[in-house]
Amino acid sequence: MDSLTEYFQSYLTALETYNVVGALWVNIQLTFWSALCSLVLGTVLALMRISPVPSFRWAGTAYVNIFRNTPLTIIMVFCILVAIFQLQLNLSSDFNFNFFLWAIVGLSVYHAAFVCESIRSGVNTVPLGQAEAARAIGLSFLPAARLVILPQAFRGAVAPLGNTLIALTKNTTVATVASVPEAAGLMKTMIEFRPDVIMAIFATFALGFVIIVIPIGLVTTWLSNKLAVAR
Amino acid sequence: MKIQQSVLFDAPGPKAQRRILATNVLGIILFLGAAAFVLKGLNDQGQLESELWTPFLTADVWQFTILPGLMNTFKAAAAAIVTSVLFGLLFGVGRLAANRAVRWICGIIVEFFRAVPVLLMMIFFWLLLGRLQIVEPADTPFFAVVLALTLYNGSVIAELVRSGVYGLPKGQREAGMAIGMTRGQSLRSIELPQALVAMLPSLISQFVVILKDSALGSIITYSELLRAMQIYGSAGPILQALTVAAVLFIIINFALSWVAQKLSGLLSSRTSGKTRPASAPTLVAKV
Repeated sequence: MDSLTEYFQSYLTALETYNVVGALWVNIQLTFWSALCSLVLGTVLALMRISPVPSFRWAGTAYVNIFRNTPLTIIMVFCILVAIFQLQLNLSSDFNFNFFLWAIVGLSVYHAAFVCESIRSGVNTVPLGQAEAARAIGLSFLPAARLVILPQAFRGAVAPLGNTLIALTKNTTVATVASVPEAAGLMKTMIEFRPDVIMAIFATFALGFVIIVIPIGLVTTWLSNKLAVAR
Repeated sequence: MKIQQSVLFDAPGPKAQRRILATNVLGIILFLGAAAFVLKGLNDQGQLESELWTPFLTADVWQFTILPGLMNTFKAAAAAIVTSVLFGLLFGVGRLAANRAVRWICGIIVEFFRAVPVLLMMIFFWLLLGRLQIVEPADTPFFAVVLALTLYNGSVIAELVRSGVYGLPKGQREAGMAIGMTRGQSLRSIELPQALVAMLPSLISQFVVILKDSALGSIITYSELLRAMQIYGSAGPILQALTVAAVLFIIINFALSWVAQKLSGLLSSRTSGKTRPASAPTLVAKV
């Protein structure tokens, strides 16, 4: 019993020394901005892939196939070692914020490919009659997409988009490559300095992600049922 | 592609065709312009110099950097594929068990490992194994990579098994019951074989994920392709080394995805399940 109390005590001091919540907050920030950027980029890519123009379609397909099949780690290492250190492409004059921004760029370009595929699968749920009706009242490609197809496609894409968002949330840990002070990096530091409570430290971080990820899953499942177009 | 085209627009008339052609030309100019802009930027920085690229065509670099790296990537991915399929089968069947306690325990384990980032598990196992010293210190990163990949991807595969069995028509189980099989018998000899065939394409897509995620091993010093190329490139040609690594990954994953796609067409006649399941709302992604 004593050893248990002792273990708990040393775990508590470890928690006090390091800012776990702060690190997880960085992950949430990374998730938010990357989700926003990849949603915009992914929508543009999806539009390109379903457009009648061959060159747009081709470019969209090429993008998705390249970035979906490249490991995120390579993209992240590329952003840091090549973009920042070798090519000196700085997005911000602030040293740390520059890394943060490049981490968002890396996460966004990778997940945009998955967002594009999610939206495309949403487009697949729109019945042919909807597009035909849009054509019949004289809408051309972009108005038809904006007014008729995409609103329904987004509703059908909520579930796969939610899955992408969850994957993105977990993948923000890869930003540790970009030396962004987020959860995975902090966990490594904490375990290195406090190996006596290694189990409790891992459990804390794992639980942190469970607490972030499970609600996203529940909300998107609820949303996708609520927003589903009744047909 | 065909379905999508017919969803959004019908056969264009002469006027629309001209407009599409004009936009197409504009698009080509735009994309070529963007490519030229990037290439010019790289050229200005001297990144297109041939001496930076030609080493990757020599036997030496392949023999001492690329192939050993690829071997380690394949080694970790292959081991993780085998163990995560076993893990997935075990827990997938566990989630279908008649016993409620077994079902719950398997469910909690599967949901937990799907929600925890792979990298977090990898770093944890790497440091834990290093501390416990139950494996050779040199092999610690390998085991950490395989363990973390197994727990995550095994959980995803468990979900595939479960949804594969759920996706079968109800009549399959009823037929089993009708000829006097128990629940377990019909699961083993009627439902699972069909579910496994139906999930094969998704399973191969998951192998792509395993292969990609094995690159996370570079973070915990596992000397797979990315790390080998990173070390080689640190002497200068880092852009080139990473590009070559990415291209290799893309080729391998592309081939795997292609096999998955072909299989889903081939297998649809061999099972009563759907080889290409509609994107069911699952809690955690398999991206």
